[in-house]
Amino acid sequence: MADRPLSRAVKDFLGEAEEIIEKLNLDLVELGDAVERGGDPDLLNGIFRGAHSIKGLAGMFGFNDISELAHHMENILDNLRLDKIPLTQTLIQTLLDAVEVLTRLANGKAAEDDFTLDISPILARIASAAENGGEETEGDRLKSLGIDPSILSVLTEYEEHRLLENVRKGHHLLQLRIAFNLASFDQDLAEMSDRLKTQGEVISTLPGTGDQPERIAFQLLYGTDSDPGQIKTFLDRNDLQVDLLVPGSAAKGAASPSSPSGPDTPAQRTPEPASPESPSKMPAKETGPAAEAGGMSLRSISRTVRVDIDKLDSLMNIVGELVLSKGAIATLCDTLKSEGVTESAAQLQKATRVLERRLTELQKGVMEVRMVPVLQLFEKVSRIVRRVAGEQCKQVTLDIRGAETELDKLIVEDLADPLMHIVRNAIDHGVESSEEREACGKQSKATICLWAMQKGNHVVIEIHDDGRGIDPEKVRRKAVQKGLIDNDVQLSREALIDLIMMPGFSTRDEVSELSGRGVGMDVVKNNIASLSGMIEVESRVGEGTSVAITLPITLAIIKALIVQVENKTYALPINSVLETLMMDSASIRTIERREVIELRDTTLPLLRLGQLFGLASASSPAKRSYVVVVGMADKKMGIVVDDMLGQQDVVIKSLGRTLSFVRGIAGAADLGNQRTILVLDVGGLMSETLRGDAAIYV
Amino acid sequence: MLKKILITEDSPTMRSLIISTLADMGDFEIVEAANGFEALRILPREKVDLVITDINMPDINGLELVSFVKNNPNYRSIPLFIISTEGRERDREKGLALGADAYLVKPFSPDELQALVRRYLN
Repeated sequence: MADRPLSRAVKDFLGEAEEIIEKLNLDLVELGDAVERGGDPDLLNGIFRGAHSIKGLAGMFGFNDISELAHHMENILDNLRLDKIPLTQTLIQTLLDAVEVLTRLANGKAAEDDFTLDISPILARIASAAENGGEETEGDRLKSLGIDPSILSVLTEYEEHRLLENVRKGHHLLQLRIAFNLASFDQDLAEMSDRLKTQGEVISTLPGTGDQPERIAFQLLYGTDSDPGQIKTFLDRNDLQVDLLVPGSAAKGAASPSSPSGPDTPAQRTPEPASPESPSKMPAKETGPAAEAGGMSLRSISRTVRVDIDKLDSLMNIVGELVLSKGAIATLCDTLKSEGVTESAAQLQKATRVLERRLTELQKGVMEVRMVPVLQLFEKVSRIVRRVAGEQCKQVTLDIRGAETELDKLIVEDLADPLMHIVRNAIDHGVESSEEREACGKQSKATICLWAMQKGNHVVIEIHDDGRGIDPEKVRRKAVQKGLIDNDVQLSREALIDLIMMPGFSTRDEVSELSGRGVGMDVVKNNIASLSGMIEVESRVGEGTSVAITLPITLAIIKALIVQVENKTYALPINSVLETLMMDSASIRTIERREVIELRDTTLPLLRLGQLFGLASASSPAKRSYVVVVGMADKKMGIVVDDMLGQQDVVIKSLGRTLSFVRGIAGAADLGNQRTILVLDVGGLMSETLRGDAAIYV
Repeated sequence: MLKKILITEDSPTMRSLIISTLADMGDFEIVEAANGFEALRILPREKVDLVITDINMPDINGLELVSFVKNNPNYRSIPLFIISTEGRERDREKGLALGADAYLVKPFSPDELQALVRRYLN
């Protein structure tokens, strides 16, 4: 797990850098407009200062790549200021491209401290622009693209020129690799080239030795607005390999749309793409706002698309419905088989398996799209920590780890409030004042740890403070006073601490303005439970409190074990199921009024769903039953069920707000045969059971 | 056995000009390719002793053909000449860098071609 302390200073730098970069973009475009008038000294000076500031700032933070690039920009801008070199459109374009690289670097670092890019191509261009008095040769520009020299070596000068034209127009430069049979390669290739020409320009076709003697391989250089994935889909050939050589940079709208008639003919082209008569595309000029320029560079770094989560949800739902339909087909297949239509059944089964594999891929794909790092969440928390600590004049260091851990977007969203609350609680109730801490022999600055880590199918988020901890006796007195427990009830230390998550509990007499707001840990617990998660609190007086939240990585579609208890069917999320056992009633023992069995030298508490849900019919101990061993975090327990009906993909649907208070149930699922069953909330069941008083609070 | 020469050239006139230049030298078996693709097809089929190619052709360019020949272990040792109207220094440099054995600029001198053929086929 990589440590990623989110230094406020770094954030500040990136924020400031972003502003300067945006301004550089705008000013450079404006300067471009002023070239004919002989430039604008004030504007140029402003741009120079901008580059200078970035250089200085980046240097302070050890971002050497940004600093070096800015340094080279500064040099050339200085020469421009001093009229040592003439101002040309080419030079402005080079500077704009450099600014884009700066943006990419800055954005990259916002996500990952050690993100970097190879800046040598752009440095080479800047150097060459400076040497040539602002003019670059095609050879320089080619070199600066960073394309493998072996590819360039077979291009004729005309092809080189076409390549540069494509780059200048902001097209992606792709390399397509494919092999054809020697017998028909010319038709095959011509056919493919013709199709490709509807979407872009085939710049060159290099033959190579095929993997087999009767095959011949081709490597095509292709300029287009489409990305490799789109081209692969467009040509729909499995044996085609498409690589992005040079990502397109200009706005798509600015590039002339490729028409079926093919790319521009050479006659229309100006031979010198770098000449002032053919100013390079400057999208920001057409649309004005800096946001546009930012958007442009954002796309070229990460090539990401912002999607409304609702759209993903609906996609996920469709996938879910598909999974159910597949289940229905499988059932139909079984029916056919039992009716003796074996041949068709076998074929159907085969087809269903293919469908299943593809569906799994689709499902995985959609799930992956939904995954986001918890970084954003942690950033929000770090803001809260700073603010709250500042307001209370407490000194707090935040130790963030595992911010790159990914979780379903929906879970991350829903986790925000509970997490804020826990952290506020920690500062409000846990962290002592500096004086108090020093008096106890602690460091005057408290530390709050916010750690995320993936453990199998779950993500654990730990919030730990080194404050005063929770005093179980104080909790006990409070609980008795509030009428939550009877005075004579004996509870373990853990059970006492868990009382803080009961409705109506508050350890402070006067509810603090910050952690108060009428929301208690019970709401936090409910929120976590509604995400099929589990929350555990551990605390030692004087040492601090640790809250661990265990969450499934994703919701929506889950594989479930379908179980039956007293003729009722339930689904158990398979990611919590560790193993299943045939139950031997003789092995059940009772410890402190709780049923347990021995499982390989450990004592496993048992939960009888029948009893829990009040289903228990007349006792029928003779009946055969099973134990499903479930585990979450490092806790385990056994759930006693009457029968297991197999595994199935189920789509969890919420029970709705009205029923959200029911503990032990994560939601409902459709089994595909119009039967709706309840999905058990393993985390919830475990915390209820392990707390010792296996009673569901309804 | 007669030496076999593959001529890759899209202009029939230029092809016959090359062929007649070669014919003056003696007997050769000439295989003609009107474009790069035909050359790609001929190479694995015929045991060629020399390749002469143009640069500007409709499908693949001569440089690409040079790269193909010189990167394929089966053909690498076949001598290859480029005959092109492209007198540009860059194309010439590239062709030779890719492994072409000679670069002639059209209109080529028959003597020069003959001398080269003699040198590489003997």
